[in-house]
Amino acid sequence: MNDDRVVRVASGQGFWGDDLEAPVRQVEGGPIDYLMLDYLAEVTMSIMQKQRARDPEAGYARDFVPLMERIFAACVEGGVRVVTNAGGVNPEGCAEALVEAGRRAGVAGRAKVGLVTGDDLVDRIDELLDAGHELANMETGEPLFTIRDRVQSANAYIGAVPIVEALGKGADVVVTGRSTDTALTYGPLMHEFAWAAGDHDLIASGVVAGHINECGAQCTGGNCLIDWWTIPDLATVGFPIVEVSADGTFVVTKHPGTGGRVTRASVTEQIVYEMGDPTTYITPDVIADFTTIRLDDCGGDRVRVHGVKGAPRTDFLKVSIAYSAGWKATGTLTYVWPDAAAKARSADRILRERLERLGLAFDEIRTELVGWDSTHGALVGEPPADLPEVELRVGVRGDDRSAVERFTREIAPLVLTGPPSVTGFAGGRPRVQEIMAYWPALVRREAVEPKLSVEVRDV
Amino acid sequence: MTKIALVHLAHARSGDKGDTANVGVIAYDEAHYDLLRAQLTPEAVKRHFGTIVRGEVERYELPNLGALNFLLHGALGGGGTMSLMNDAQGKVFSTALLRMVVDVPDAVAEAVAGRGRVPAGWRPEGGR
Repeated sequence: MNDDRVVRVASGQGFWGDDLEAPVRQVEGGPIDYLMLDYLAEVTMSIMQKQRARDPEAGYARDFVPLMERIFAACVEGGVRVVTNAGGVNPEGCAEALVEAGRRAGVAGRAKVGLVTGDDLVDRIDELLDAGHELANMETGEPLFTIRDRVQSANAYIGAVPIVEALGKGADVVVTGRSTDTALTYGPLMHEFAWAAGDHDLIASGVVAGHINECGAQCTGGNCLIDWWTIPDLATVGFPIVEVSADGTFVVTKHPGTGGRVTRASVTEQIVYEMGDPTTYITPDVIADFTTIRLDDCGGDRVRVHGVKGAPRTDFLKVSIAYSAGWKATGTLTYVWPDAAAKARSADRILRERLERLGLAFDEIRTELVGWDSTHGALVGEPPADLPEVELRVGVRGDDRSAVERFTREIAPLVLTGPPSVTGFAGGRPRVQEIMAYWPALVRREAVEPKLSVEVRDV
Repeated sequence: MTKIALVHLAHARSGDKGDTANVGVIAYDEAHYDLLRAQLTPEAVKRHFGTIVRGEVERYELPNLGALNFLLHGALGGGGTMSLMNDAQGKVFSTALLRMVVDVPDAVAEAVAGRGRVPAGWRPEGGR
């Protein structure tokens, strides 16, 4: 069958906390077919798990609900379908709130919500361990039992199959838990073009489209290093849209009249972002080879992507596990000319001596000078004596919460009891934060996939 | 040959995977890609970062994009929420690598002088 359609998948959120106006601009700024909203990062699931522990109705990206209330009617009327992993660790609660938002937005009887569940493994860990799944740390090889009692969340990264099913059942909005970021883009493409599991090159091309889309404006001029001072109008930056053909080739672009810039270079910066081995970009549905990507800059904020090759998926799914790993706090003070850095370093010595005299033990104490070496470290050498100002930044980390608490009370006293020319304490005491450490693991896919569920509800 | 900073030859973006930072380095001019390949060996990059990168440095090549991808293991103080670093997610390891000094033919050094940096006297315009 000759299918010359182009399917437009627009990106509206690159993380939980991204530009709240971007999805509205995507829906109102020109024709699109799908809006993908990516809310999840490695640490997000554990944050959501903590929120849900305090409030059983929480645990998803709350921004998503008021956003949908704003754009739901426009999406339904314009034929724009939304695919999102906003469900986090509570996709059920997210879908319920979404149905309510749809009714408030006046789309009752005109829209369906698809709900994907089954990625959450936190209540199945013992069952999985008993069945011989080791869930060993992919980076260190350590077995999970060493931290078993501290696990807070565990979610399998799931692919596009349930998204395709939900779209096939007529869902206008698909809400998932820990779907991979890329599946939010290539799921709609598999649905539209009926790509099958064996179409490795086509799905791999969709994965590349998803990787380009998944960080929002990072491919359209945001956080773009090349000639950044010449990039126009980032105040109204256009988020990316991929225009995809049935043969998997696509054009990356943005709505006309929006700010930012789409060029071969801006797209390349996003392609290499968070990359491992480029020949082996593993997803639940295919392995994409990023060394086969071909980019043609067509001008006019259009970059054509073609040539992508893929290989069959593995027998495993990645699991994102978060576990409690102690407490931390970071305190800051500003030291000022003359000899700003010398004063800051002297204050650090005094602080450390006080912590020691108090008998406080930490796993790590880290000192950085913001404005001098906090990011490039030893590469920048010694600070000049005429440095106008520098922020002393001291962080501590350890298992003993009370020790970390006490540290937060040792910063302010330095203002009156340490080196001179110090300010910048308006923010109050540092906050003690619980550390949620990340434990990536693998699980055989047959332990997860039969438990995935797709449900479609009327608004 | 002349010594110049990598910032004049390439742009870059970095991110994280656990305690590993990745830096993708992209040649401004694809004609300089082989020069970058020859100079930015994993050993040279490891030397450049010194104590900042505790583990190994791995390099992958993407000739199709004129890019090299470096994995800097053990660079993020434990990574994620464990890290006490200001740059816990490795967002600006990109420009740390662009500080690296490389040897280039004199003609190349001359051709790329000033590239990658804001022109003198530039000020942001607009704003409401």
